[in-house]
Amino acid sequence: MQHSKQFQDIFADPKAYARRWKEKTGGKVIGTLCSYAPEELILAGGALGFRIVGGSGSISKADAHLQSYSCSLVRGALEDALNEQLDFLGGAIFPHTCDSIQRLSDIWRMNAETGFHLDVVLPVKLNTQSARNYMAAVMRKARTDLEAVLDKIITDDDLQKAIGTYNGIRSAMKRLYTLRRDRPGTIDGSDVHAIVRASMVMDRNDFLNSLTQVVESLEQQPEPESKTGKRIFFSGGVCNLPDVYSVIESAGGTVVGDDLCTGFRGLTGLIDIGGDPMDAIADRYARRAICPAKHSGITRRGDDLVRLAKETRAQGVIFLFLKFCDPHAFDYPYLKSMLDAEGIPSLLLELEEQIPSEGQFRTRCEAFMEML
Amino acid sequence: MNNPDKPIDPEREKRKIKSVKRMKDIMTHYYIDAKTTDQTGKKVAWITSGGPVEPLIAMDVIPVYPENHGAMIGAAKMGVDLCEKAEEMGYSSDLCSYARADIACATVNGGPIGGLPRPDMLVCCNNICGTVLKWYEVQARYFKVPLFILDTPFNHTEYTKEAYAYVRAQLNEYIAFLETHCRKQFDFDRLAEVGRLSMAGQRLWQQVLDTAVHRPAPMSAFDAFFHLALIVTLRGTRTVVDYYTELLDEMKTRVATGIAVVPGEKYRLLWDNLPVWFRTRWLSDKFAAHAACLVADTYTSSWCGTLKYLDENDFFGSMAEGYSRVYINIGTDQMAGMVMDMVDKYSADGLVIHSNRSCKPYSLGQYDIQRIVQEKRGIPSLVIEADMTDARNFSESQIDTRIDAFMEVLKS
Repeated sequence: MQHSKQFQDIFADPKAYARRWKEKTGGKVIGTLCSYAPEELILAGGALGFRIVGGSGSISKADAHLQSYSCSLVRGALEDALNEQLDFLGGAIFPHTCDSIQRLSDIWRMNAETGFHLDVVLPVKLNTQSARNYMAAVMRKARTDLEAVLDKIITDDDLQKAIGTYNGIRSAMKRLYTLRRDRPGTIDGSDVHAIVRASMVMDRNDFLNSLTQVVESLEQQPEPESKTGKRIFFSGGVCNLPDVYSVIESAGGTVVGDDLCTGFRGLTGLIDIGGDPMDAIADRYARRAICPAKHSGITRRGDDLVRLAKETRAQGVIFLFLKFCDPHAFDYPYLKSMLDAEGIPSLLLELEEQIPSEGQFRTRCEAFMEML
Repeated sequence: MNNPDKPIDPEREKRKIKSVKRMKDIMTHYYIDAKTTDQTGKKVAWITSGGPVEPLIAMDVIPVYPENHGAMIGAAKMGVDLCEKAEEMGYSSDLCSYARADIACATVNGGPIGGLPRPDMLVCCNNICGTVLKWYEVQARYFKVPLFILDTPFNHTEYTKEAYAYVRAQLNEYIAFLETHCRKQFDFDRLAEVGRLSMAGQRLWQQVLDTAVHRPAPMSAFDAFFHLALIVTLRGTRTVVDYYTELLDEMKTRVATGIAVVPGEKYRLLWDNLPVWFRTRWLSDKFAAHAACLVADTYTSSWCGTLKYLDENDFFGSMAEGYSRVYINIGTDQMAGMVMDMVDKYSADGLVIHSNRSCKPYSLGQYDIQRIVQEKRGIPSLVIEADMTDARNFSESQIDTRIDAFMEVLKS
């Protein structure tokens, strides 16, 4: 698709983009390891948030630090950091996420040379007043810490502008996802994926402009020839595999929505404007789509999944988990049974970063489509 | 139990720790109490091993520990069956084997004690891992009982005032939670007394472990793995204080009379991570055959490692820091520092690292700890890839060979 080429290019080589951005602007690129990173603060500080979702090749150096039962995201990210693949970073921010990323932060801090190292130790609970107060306090601390490492005062005005940009991005992404839901075929799954991935690395104001153009032009397009593919919803974690979309599509499916970490999850929820910007940023974290490593009631993810599957009129749900991702693996049985209770079939596909056997993967998807 | 066909070896008898029987009796009574609450009307709370148990004791709630249960399942060699059952339920075989065993056990009342008593409430403190959060969510859905989460932010490089304020506020929420679900008012004077007993118990446990500083050591980490159960499960009661007083006396007597747990002790080793519950005897014999004694470990000392943060005069308030700064809730480099302190304190000649597939927060980072200890203390180390409860992740012949090779390095 023509208008998504820019995003595809960035997705194909995000590191090259970040290097060019750094050269052009002289600004700092900050690696982030999770969708809960304080993106608005990074933008307000004039830096470029660069989401690290895995590695770029085989693992050798990371094996000296991480056991084989760590997920490919953690091992791959460390490999890149130790291999000077991330030498353009001015720093790295580790929001508290899961047990593996928690230890990755320590190992990274002790071994990688990627500039400053900041831990943002968010609460795990999101549904109590004390957790919200702590979230706001952590964000304020992150702001002070960032000011120190960036040597720049982050003003409320900077923050309001950054919030405006992110609200713009999240609103436009919602329109894109609505299009995908209501008029599947308007845009390919792999294009949406590329856009989401670009949203994690591209200059956020440029991204907002480009995204807005794309969404507007798509909205004006006539309804495509009705696409007969089976409506599929993706649920799970980090999906570093664009091919998943083409596999689904060639197997006769159309992806109509997702709650992936490399999907819509981090792009949900708007920040209130008008009040204290730090409180507003903190409050959004409680409202946005939740990661299984966080807690907001014992059925929050199941409730959300069933609601989204229904809203997107999904005929089937495909769970995409990274092998060794504990939080997702713990949720799977109850999520599946909640879907079963609603009569929504599901399929679990456990992924390593590289598909070990694409043929098997394809066969399972095809069998699932046939069953629907 | 005595085997009539086997003559009693007086040397071996002499080395046996006599308190073991009393400990078994205490644990048996504890589980009988916990399983007969329909007659006593007491409430049962399931709580994580690193969780704040003292308020439960002060409320006359019986604390029950799925992790202790996991250890018993492992020691009884029933882990594989239950883990497989969990896998049939849809839980990945890569998940924590305690969690898998417990989740499966709850549905079939299996395991060595016919399952744990049904909980009236769940108390989960994530100071040991994020796994317990997911595990307790599973059980809260299964048993349909209230869940309290004490969220103790991780301390990578610093203990922050923000984290303190958050945990301190949650302690008040915890009390309110208990008052609601026990339908009675919380007695803070009682908690102060429980707190004093808890700290006394922790001090005694540390003193018991400290007796292994003596050469030859009167007890080993394998003994500590066994005697640990009380400081975990009944911390804050008089029973623990009395028991460890007795155990300490026995250890002192052993030191005075020169009774070594490993006859002819030559090599002193430090163990890192949880035990391999289904192979403790085998590992103990294996090392003993090389005249090597595991004199200390990073695991059992965790239950007395935060005494310095606790305040007898404000136990309730100081719980915030005490429960946040446990061994496994701190940065890998700080853990390495503590390992080296233990190497020094116990005069360890080598380090045995259990890379535990079930426990990522404990195991990831071990390779760096190994490197740091090697660089700064110059002692050899061995990594054993295994699991605490799932015997499918234990290759006996491979580990046997590796231990032999490691001991050769130590001896040379």
